[in-house]
Amino acid sequence: MTSAQETRTTQNAVPPIPPAKKKFELAYALRSNVVPLFFLVICVIGAYYSGLSLPFLLNEIVVRMARNSFLVISLIIPILAGMGLNFGIVLGAMAGQFAYFATVNWQIAGLWGFTLTCLLSFPLAVFFGWLTGKLFNSAKGKEMITGIILGFFANGVYQLINLYFMGNLIPIRVPEMLIPGGYGLRNTVDLKIMHYALDNLWKVRISIPGSIMPIVVPVVTLAVIALLCVGMHFLFKTKLGQEFRATGQNRHIAEVSGIQVDKIRILAIIFSTVLAAWGQIIFLQNIGNMNTYGAHVQVGTFAVAAILIGGASVSKATIGQALMGTLLFHTMFIVSPLAGKNLLGNVQVGEYFRVFVTYGVIGVALALHAWQGKAKRKT
Amino acid sequence: MADLENNGLPRESMGERIREVIKDFGIPRFIILGFLILLIVAAKVLGLSMPQLLGSILTRFGMNGILVLAMIPAIQSGTGPNFVLPLGITCGIVAMTLSIELDMTGLSAFLFSAGFGALLAGIAGYFYGVFQNKVKGQEMTVGTYVGFSVVSLMCIFWTLVPFKSPEMIWPYGGSGLRVTITLEKRFAGVLDNLFSFDVMGVTVPTGLLLFFALFCVLTWLYMRSKSGIAMMMVGSNPRFAESAGLNVNRLRVLGSVLSQMLAAVGIVVYAESYGFLQLYMGPLFMAFFAVASILIGGASLKRATVTHAVIGTFLFQSILVVSMPVANLVVADNLADVVRIIISNGIILYALTRKEAGVDVR
Repeated sequence: MTSAQETRTTQNAVPPIPPAKKKFELAYALRSNVVPLFFLVICVIGAYYSGLSLPFLLNEIVVRMARNSFLVISLIIPILAGMGLNFGIVLGAMAGQFAYFATVNWQIAGLWGFTLTCLLSFPLAVFFGWLTGKLFNSAKGKEMITGIILGFFANGVYQLINLYFMGNLIPIRVPEMLIPGGYGLRNTVDLKIMHYALDNLWKVRISIPGSIMPIVVPVVTLAVIALLCVGMHFLFKTKLGQEFRATGQNRHIAEVSGIQVDKIRILAIIFSTVLAAWGQIIFLQNIGNMNTYGAHVQVGTFAVAAILIGGASVSKATIGQALMGTLLFHTMFIVSPLAGKNLLGNVQVGEYFRVFVTYGVIGVALALHAWQGKAKRKT
Repeated sequence: MADLENNGLPRESMGERIREVIKDFGIPRFIILGFLILLIVAAKVLGLSMPQLLGSILTRFGMNGILVLAMIPAIQSGTGPNFVLPLGITCGIVAMTLSIELDMTGLSAFLFSAGFGALLAGIAGYFYGVFQNKVKGQEMTVGTYVGFSVVSLMCIFWTLVPFKSPEMIWPYGGSGLRVTITLEKRFAGVLDNLFSFDVMGVTVPTGLLLFFALFCVLTWLYMRSKSGIAMMMVGSNPRFAESAGLNVNRLRVLGSVLSQMLAAVGIVVYAESYGFLQLYMGPLFMAFFAVASILIGGASLKRATVTHAVIGTFLFQSILVVSMPVANLVVADNLADVVRIIISNGIILYALTRKEAGVDVR
């Protein structure tokens, strides 16, 4: 279904390159979707040159959509509340990981362990979100860079706690989690006991004629994501949702009309951080092990890159854009190393190309949005 | 700083002034200063060699100084701390690899690298400056990611570049340059060893310090020139500058050009003193340490002087130099690294959340 969609949109993308004459609406639609279309073209070219078979690609896309959508969706509320892209979701990811340390330490397995991890991460994420919100309120207008730096700063504190306090000040029962010296967590924490806790509840295998590998769909995980989307949709219609929007549109008018702007902004960040914590927990139950000092580092960058590719901007984002962005970004993630290798003939180049794409995407997307904004002002 | 703020205001009493200075200095800087003193005391108690520590503080001070100076034109022209520093750094590195490929040695190689690097960085800085004018208000965020993407794009360049010098390529073939290139036979130490002398066991890298001092003076002079003052006006209040007939966009581009040129020279000096050239992901986080240094020195997001750069570099590098052996003796391994991450990002966070003195543009 996704491939059908892709080809349909590319067909739309190709003809208007000779200047569209009468169809002004098409031109407008193209211009307002220039970012996702641009990356769609890159994805199609990349998929072609990667030489991957379509069923394999589809399977990978389903896996990655299930893994990452939750994290990307967690960015929406702060964007609506006018706080830009919340790079501070790194702290949410950390909250999720701390909760995992606890449940792995108690060796609670399966779905119950997963649920407990989600529950445990909640208060932690609320606390982190509250702190982040406070910080953002004193750096109004500079939330994004503050979020980036906050991520680095929090990473320092996280390392301090996990390298020097775990097993020392904080008792750890499972010796396999610790570095042989007796304190400090190992580089990798095994999450085997909760591996696929959510995914394996109900997996549907769709076999494709002519291919050995079926497409495995983790129905429950996707249902959870769908539930989140529906929940978000209704949230925007409640009073709170309207207050988020009002704050995002104009802080001063919102303040005058009786909304406690600072409080709403903190609330937006708390929502985002909690969702990010759960997103990271879903992500890690799929991976099955945790890179203690690295799993959270890129969460903010990847999620932001994804939502921007989907066509969201610093001030506008929809659930559709988040999902579309996740799809495009991770398709690119799958195909770019192989495509880079096939096009430029070097394995390492493919790897570097992937890193470049990840970082470059944010720069390019922000620049394209700036350009788009200028075009809008002129017309 | 004080006279600027007191213009047209009644003179304050001495006590108030001191309080003002303390407030301006900020609690985080006191914490950092206190931490440094604590580290030095600990180093003394642990019996570390003081002259050796002081010697390496001086070297690292001169080594990083120009990279920190590069922040000044960017901050003064109103684009905030230059998070896109890796752009200029990369230009400097390209010039250095070129000097090795052309088989240059000694001072001439150093001067060629610095000069050619600055030229490349100037061009890159111009184009980035033009681009930056399109993303006004988000310079820091965009800059961070453009910096990251330049570094990763250059990784591809290092892998594909057809250089032949045996000092740079892998010994047993394969494509691309090495991750670390030694400059021992090239220009390592040409400044450090110039007129260097020992005082009470402290080795003073005179040439390095003089070179840094030269750039400090140049920057200081520039900031007092007509163009420098115009740049400061653009930075502190763009609308006022525009109504005064200044070309805001052009001055912002100029700030970007100067900043990137200083970054290119800065990395050449850094590599010269360090003795090694780090390619690939090496320059990825360099911008953050330079930003942190100038902020520790007392700069804000909109105002930075040479004094801030000098004090900040000295304090930050002192902490790095002293914390390493102390942490190794007390708890072992990379605690010093964690401390560095926390301090440098903590101070940037502090600067970001501080209310700017003076006008708010909006």
